[in-house]
Amino acid sequence: MNTFYFIAFLSIFFSILVITAKNPVHSILYLILTFFTFTIHYILLNAQFLAIVNFIVYMGAILVLFLYTLMLINLNKESEPAKSNLVKIAGVIGGCCFLVTIIASLKALGASPAVVLKDPSLGLVKNLGKVLFNEYLLPFEISSVLLLSAMVGAVLLATKEPKTT
Amino acid sequence: MELTDIIVKFILVFIIFAISLVIAMYSTYAERKIAAFFQDRIGPNRAGPWGILQPLADGGKMFLKEEIIPTNASAFLFIAGPSLAIMTACIGSAVIPWGQKLTIGSHVIDLQVADINVGVLYIFGVVSLGVYGVMIGGWASNNKYSLLGAIRAASQNISYEISMGLSIIALLMVTGTLSLRQIAEQQHSWHWNILYQPLGFLLFIICAFAETNRTPFDLPECETELVGGYHTEYSSMKLGFYLFSEYINMFISSAVMATLYWGGYNYPGMDWVLAHTGPAIGPLIGTAVLFAKIFLFIFFFMWVRWTIPRFRYDQLMDLGWKILIPLAIANIVITGIVITLIK
Repeated sequence: MNTFYFIAFLSIFFSILVITAKNPVHSILYLILTFFTFTIHYILLNAQFLAIVNFIVYMGAILVLFLYTLMLINLNKESEPAKSNLVKIAGVIGGCCFLVTIIASLKALGASPAVVLKDPSLGLVKNLGKVLFNEYLLPFEISSVLLLSAMVGAVLLATKEPKTT
Repeated sequence: MELTDIIVKFILVFIIFAISLVIAMYSTYAERKIAAFFQDRIGPNRAGPWGILQPLADGGKMFLKEEIIPTNASAFLFIAGPSLAIMTACIGSAVIPWGQKLTIGSHVIDLQVADINVGVLYIFGVVSLGVYGVMIGGWASNNKYSLLGAIRAASQNISYEISMGLSIIALLMVTGTLSLRQIAEQQHSWHWNILYQPLGFLLFIICAFAETNRTPFDLPECETELVGGYHTEYSSMKLGFYLFSEYINMFISSAVMATLYWGGYNYPGMDWVLAHTGPAIGPLIGTAVLFAKIFLFIFFFMWVRWTIPRFRYDQLMDLGWKILIPLAIANIVITGIVITLIK
């Protein structure tokens, strides 16, 4: 339990650093650390497959692309346009409303008893695969088709030639 | 876990680290000797007999060079880059089974640091993490050549990771497990996976060349276009770390290829040898066989480096996206059809 609190603290700490960091590249690096703490959370839950997939997909691929894009567009303080006061005030009000909503919903929520998994080895690859390909086969296939169509759509949009006539 | 187990694991980790570092050290010597052989020269021959002390002399030189951190570089990330590179290179060795279980007296020693049941994915994760060292170092140098090198490294790694993952999927369909220990055990004596997955292995080794930034895929440090690529601004041992991590990566990826496709510590007639040498010596012969395979792969890496010229960048991307990925998908489909027909 203590490990959990320590890792949870680290997750929150790094995610606060993500939004307070001045330099966008530093921000991404803190985001990488945040995702790394998520991986540790999954390992603590004995969800090995989810942990390693989070590690490969988020840390190893998506955030590399984030970093790649940020390095290419090279944001820094000089080139960033200053925001007007109106936008800042709107941001503060929006943030406060969101905070109030979260606090209200947390107060409405009763503390639930800790859930004990019937089968603690559910997160291992073998069991996860069996559940995924037996009970949840249709949603699994549909979501993969959805991802494929999104990918094909993105490629189509990117390679669309402007009409020359 | 008992205390003796922990101590044994600790010693094992220590030995594996020492071996990785020594092999990386002598790979630099081997590289120069092999380059000399290919170019009909003699190669380093001054430090010690046949120049075998050359890596020590190089290391001493690296440590004694002036340490420079550019004024406009971000100092913390500039140091973090090479540290990350060498760390990700070293942690890959944790899941590789180096031999069968060793029995000394009543103790059974597992020659593998951690037998996690997602071993293959762990290797894959470590590989995908490896690019951060290059990217962070290249960006922190605050130099346009370094940045270009870092960006090239990122796009190259992402592109080749996809075909590497797809070639591993075909292998997993054959083996049916993600644990490297079980994959190694399935390839007992001569049932090596290369017999079932020749195309998969070809794709895997091409991707391994790209992931370790070896020629013909060493675009991130292409000296004809980018001075020194991502390590242009580095000097002293920080540069040494980058160069060293490349050789450690080469060693680890050779070990992975030997384990996944070439039978790991298995060799024909191993049962006979094991029965005649006993459980204390027999597994060590298997380990020696594994290392022989690894050295062959390292030699192959160097052979290719001094034979094939570097790709152009668009050729690199064409090869990755238009040839390797369709081939890898075709390989998965063929493997699936064959498995269904046999069953």
